[in-house]
Amino acid sequence: MNIVVKLFAGARDIVGKNEVALEFESPITIGELRTRLIDQHPALQPLLPYAMFAIETTYCDDATPIPKNATVACIPPVSGG
Amino acid sequence: MIQLTHQTIDSAAFVRQAQSPDAGAVVLFLGSTRRMTNGRETRTLFYDSYEEMAEKELTNLEAEARRRWALTECFIIHRLGEVPLGEASVAIVVASPHRRDAFDAGQWLIDTLKQSVPIWKQEHWADGTTDWVHPMPLSNHTTKSDN
Repeated sequence: MNIVVKLFAGARDIVGKNEVALEFESPITIGELRTRLIDQHPALQPLLPYAMFAIETTYCDDATPIPKNATVACIPPVSGG
Repeated sequence: MIQLTHQTIDSAAFVRQAQSPDAGAVVLFLGSTRRMTNGRETRTLFYDSYEEMAEKELTNLEAEARRRWALTECFIIHRLGEVPLGEASVAIVVASPHRRDAFDAGQWLIDTLKQSVPIWKQEHWADGTTDWVHPMPLSNHTTKSDN
């Protein structure tokens, strides 16, 4: 299955792209995606443990399975206001 | 009402709109670009967001505030893009029959917005460097950028 991960702010600058597409043979959870992102982009290591994730526009915890062809957003610690 | 905008926030217009015969209290909070942070000088700030989700989260915040407190009006406006020194990045206007609800709701709204709404600020320092601001547990960590 194909998962598109949107990247923002510091995470986007580290990777140098607005989004990355990852291919998986079987369904995975948000937590597994977090680990895979760090594997593929080791420079994300300082930031990713503290990032939240959303499926489409809804926050999800690490145990949440990612639906087929979902768009996931990687949301590093926010600083609005 | 919530709004993301790339324009200057006309806070006076929102305050006027919030005033009504039912509102004994109108509270305005403005978050503005500050020159000095921990001894470093800011030249300007840029704000980025995941807009579809930020709009949804702000809508949820307004609904939750209206559920918790007796509000006659609730505006949450966040500016995106460049916000120069002294200008407002965020305006919260809450109105209620009595002042306690307006003060409490305003405080809760800005505190919760800063924790949960997917908006990020990028410091553009006077020395020419830039940092995305990503508050982390135990420290106010920032991520270096090259530009």
